[in-house]
Amino acid sequence: MPSVMLRKGSDGKISFYVAKKDLEETIVSVERDDSDTWGGTVELSDGSKYYIDPMSPPPEFPTTMRFKRC
Amino acid sequence: MAESMRDTEALIQEVLEVYPEKAKKDRAKHLAANNHDLESSKKCVTSNRRSLPGVMTIRGCAYAGSRGVVWGPIKDMIHISHGPVGCGTYTRAGRRNYYVGTTGVNVFTTMNFTSDFQEKDIVFGGDNKLEKMVDEIDQLFPLNKGVSIQSECPIGLIGDDIEAVAKKKSKDIGKAIVPVRCEGFRGVSQSLGHHIANDAIRDWVFEKDDKKRNFESTPYDVAIIGDYNIGGDAWASRILLEEMGLRCVAQWSGDGTISEIELTPNVKLNLIHCYRSMNYISRHMEEKYGIPWVEYNFFGPTKIEESLREIASHFDDKIKEGAERVIAKYRGQTEAVIEKYRSRLEGKRVMLYVGGLRPRHVIGAYEDLGMEVVGTGYEFAHNDDYDRTVKEMGNATLIYDDVTGYEFEEFVKHMKPDLIGSGIKEKYIFQKMGIPFRQMHSWDYSGPYHGYDGFAIFARDMDMTLNNPCWSSMTPPWQKEEDKSQAMAAE
Repeated sequence: MPSVMLRKGSDGKISFYVAKKDLEETIVSVERDDSDTWGGTVELSDGSKYYIDPMSPPPEFPTTMRFKRC
Repeated sequence: MAESMRDTEALIQEVLEVYPEKAKKDRAKHLAANNHDLESSKKCVTSNRRSLPGVMTIRGCAYAGSRGVVWGPIKDMIHISHGPVGCGTYTRAGRRNYYVGTTGVNVFTTMNFTSDFQEKDIVFGGDNKLEKMVDEIDQLFPLNKGVSIQSECPIGLIGDDIEAVAKKKSKDIGKAIVPVRCEGFRGVSQSLGHHIANDAIRDWVFEKDDKKRNFESTPYDVAIIGDYNIGGDAWASRILLEEMGLRCVAQWSGDGTISEIELTPNVKLNLIHCYRSMNYISRHMEEKYGIPWVEYNFFGPTKIEESLREIASHFDDKIKEGAERVIAKYRGQTEAVIEKYRSRLEGKRVMLYVGGLRPRHVIGAYEDLGMEVVGTGYEFAHNDDYDRTVKEMGNATLIYDDVTGYEFEEFVKHMKPDLIGSGIKEKYIFQKMGIPFRQMHSWDYSGPYHGYDGFAIFARDMDMTLNNPCWSSMTPPWQKEEDKSQAMAAE
């Protein structure tokens, strides 16, 4: 369950940063991303996938959340 | 281009040849020819891994990252090197973080405070000694604004509870006491020390009273983050920012104070120079206080111009005009510098091997002088640093991560650069090999190199080193060809 820092870059993409793992990737796709829900399986630019329970309302970035690896 | 790419790769293979199979495989991942086509540096360079046992690495430890880099320059706090005496003694004042104040009265940067662990402290624990020490410090140096406890290796090994001591004594003396768990054995390099130090600021300085203070803010408040004022760097940067109309509330941490750090959550924008050592706290401030951050580069006029405009783009027209005014004001000065030195430095090739930001940040400054950086590398960078470096460096140039003493020497022998910029441990080897060298960690007792004023000094220093007449005297007279023939004639 890595603790992940999420922030929106200047290009609008969300960066996925795990300090302890030295992992800094951008999120390519999110399972649920609409006006009232955000979450589910997220896919990163290096191909790895993480999961977080969908939440509503969507979180405000930047924020830190715990993801599950899947 | 494809040709030189193959050359660079062949060179790497040749240098790796002497290693045993396993070591060769490991080291090969850290060396690469730069390739602009790759979208992520991960595909060419592996970084932030444990150094290979048996090779000579140039890295430091977590204590160095915390005590030496992040906490050390905070001038009005006393930083205790908690543990045996050596760690503090041998690193005292080595980084030349300049500051204003009266040393030993209200500022303490170049002083060394240590709990000087003895056998009995290891056996019975050093907490009592630490308590006593805090009392003595407060009595002897009443103008200190706080104490930080920088753990050396034994503290973690014997399991002392420095946090408890910090809480207790903080109440006693009524000042901030920050315990930092930066034991040298943690992590693979000084990089984790930076992270631990950032987290200590977050947990022990920010948490306490956040934004509650009385602070009159303006819309133009910024903080300079990750500038350690080496040889006066932060001052040379600060005047540019102030000239364009910004107000620098805090300097992290060169010539900085604890109160500046406490006030930083009030600023409008964080300006990060050394991304590697202070991105953690900037990310925290962005998340908790909603302060955006921007990276900038104050080496060389091209990058300064870009950075000033980038910084100004976060503010209104007044600042944007200010940025243009500053750029215009210094244009004449930098043109004169370039005109004076470019002809003497044009086309010279440079190899770099430094720490957190310089392997990529100074490339622009060299290019402004017509020089070319042919190889660069970091001691303790992470992937994100290499992502940023790939763009800055030319195609097919050499990139080396955590280079070993042997590899660096071999690369230099093959590439024959005109100038090397690296640290004190490399300096004398290369000077004895007859290659001009600048110490790029603390500017070889010179500086500042940041900002427009710093660029003039940078150019002068590079010229002074490269065109020094001593390099033509490297071969002793009796080994020179023409001298031999003269000697024959004399006989």
